[in-house]
Amino acid sequence: MTATDNRTETLVIEPQQAQGNGVLPSRPLNHAEHRAYYGVLPAPDRLPLGELASMIGHAGVRGRGGAGFPLYRKLVSVSGAARARRIAPAIVANGCEGEPASHKDKHLLWLAPHLVLDGLVLLGRELRATRAVLAVEAGAPNGRGDLVRRLREALNERDVRQDGVRIELAEVPGRFIAGESAALVSTLDGGPGLPPYSELSVRESGVGGAPTLVQNVETVAQVALIARYGPDWFRDYGTAAEPGPQLFTVYSGRQRPRVVHSAAGAALAPLIADAGPIDAVLVGGYHGSWIPAPLARHARLTEADLGAPLGAGLIAALPADRCGLAETAHIVRYLALESAGQCGPCLNGLPRIAAALEQLADPHQAARDRGLLERIERWCGMVEGRGLCHHPDGSVRLVRSALMTFRTEIAAHHAGQCTGGDRRPLLPAPARELVH
Amino acid sequence: MRDNAPRDLSVDWAACQGHGLCAELLPDHITLDDWGYPIVSGPLSPAAAKRARRAVADCPALALKLRAAEQQVTIRSNPAAARSAHRG
Repeated sequence: MTATDNRTETLVIEPQQAQGNGVLPSRPLNHAEHRAYYGVLPAPDRLPLGELASMIGHAGVRGRGGAGFPLYRKLVSVSGAARARRIAPAIVANGCEGEPASHKDKHLLWLAPHLVLDGLVLLGRELRATRAVLAVEAGAPNGRGDLVRRLREALNERDVRQDGVRIELAEVPGRFIAGESAALVSTLDGGPGLPPYSELSVRESGVGGAPTLVQNVETVAQVALIARYGPDWFRDYGTAAEPGPQLFTVYSGRQRPRVVHSAAGAALAPLIADAGPIDAVLVGGYHGSWIPAPLARHARLTEADLGAPLGAGLIAALPADRCGLAETAHIVRYLALESAGQCGPCLNGLPRIAAALEQLADPHQAARDRGLLERIERWCGMVEGRGLCHHPDGSVRLVRSALMTFRTEIAAHHAGQCTGGDRRPLLPAPARELVH
Repeated sequence: MRDNAPRDLSVDWAACQGHGLCAELLPDHITLDDWGYPIVSGPLSPAAAKRARRAVADCPALALKLRAAEQQVTIRSNPAAARSAHRG
């Protein structure tokens, strides 16, 4: 076993054994243990070109990084662009979670790094890619610096000649937008790590100008499982619309966050059973949506039931004694500071929205200024869809869901009352040094 | 790109500094938000094509672009997913 095993405790995550059923191991696996646990990776002659793509299409794999885009369609467009432009494609496994509340990608990389590396090898062979990159956040707190070391060790265990694909490990600054695909490509190309203005998508022109498949590490790991167990195994999990096993980062009451293995269609309530009385649940991530408690109690984990996509898999229960407006203001302030600062509407709009939310979260100020809500709504309209990346849109989605879910709380604040006594922030929003 | 091909106005948000010349040249298509940044509305009318080209050329930040009108090539089941910017 590796020397870093005793550091597992430093990760603020706990696998929930009751939910795990073979998709994730309970402890980190080296390459030999990995092969014993999951089985040997199918050799290239057992998986002719086109076969993997067809299995992925049949399985219905969607990106697990937040946007939920079908992997098959991305494969088709990357290989199409490569043929049209006669440039060999590149692939990037994106392990930059960026989002401080989310741990599932780091958890997966920690426990089963070779699953992600297998997936990269398979996709690299399928696309005949000349570059394959695993991108992770550079040394961050909570012992994540060790994750990079562990991944280096895992890469050293691989046989590149057998794999047929040489995988590079890239460390990327741990900013919220660093994992956005165009920003990530910019970093990998030695650029500023900001989404550029481009008429071409990353799929058409990404790393080094090559058509590039950027795929979240959980999605890449699923490819390695589908190649072994087949698309029907994958479709046994989840629903017809949202198939496959899925990792969630769950905040429930005063528990530390856990990474839970589940699937779409499962009931939401058991995941947050130890939260006690709750006010609302944040679903998807900081670009996600607040769901009111009455809906959350009976909802299943599907986009249709929740009225919000599962996104990057964050499920955070807000206890009833917390103020949802204060919590949202806390997150939106963080999101405003994480703006790359290059697009005017986002640069100007998000801090104003954040400041107004902070006022709205304070019953004394909310009672004096009845125009706050109207201003927030107007600024949301001005920010949405007016940037080079998804950050303004995702932030606006969170704000709008808060205004809807916490509307009785807003009314209370306008009357000078707050129903949540505990105003300490629940979710992490680290103060980061401004890059600019 | 052919001269008579349908075009859309788009803004390079990283380059735009909110000078506002575009809104003066194309008041029917561009208004300014609270902070002076352009709000582009609707498809470009053929009558405005010439003024649009001038607005593109006159933008001090070279942030206003004319590009081929977007075609419906993607299935937009999820508007967020259809945008190029996401985490894979």
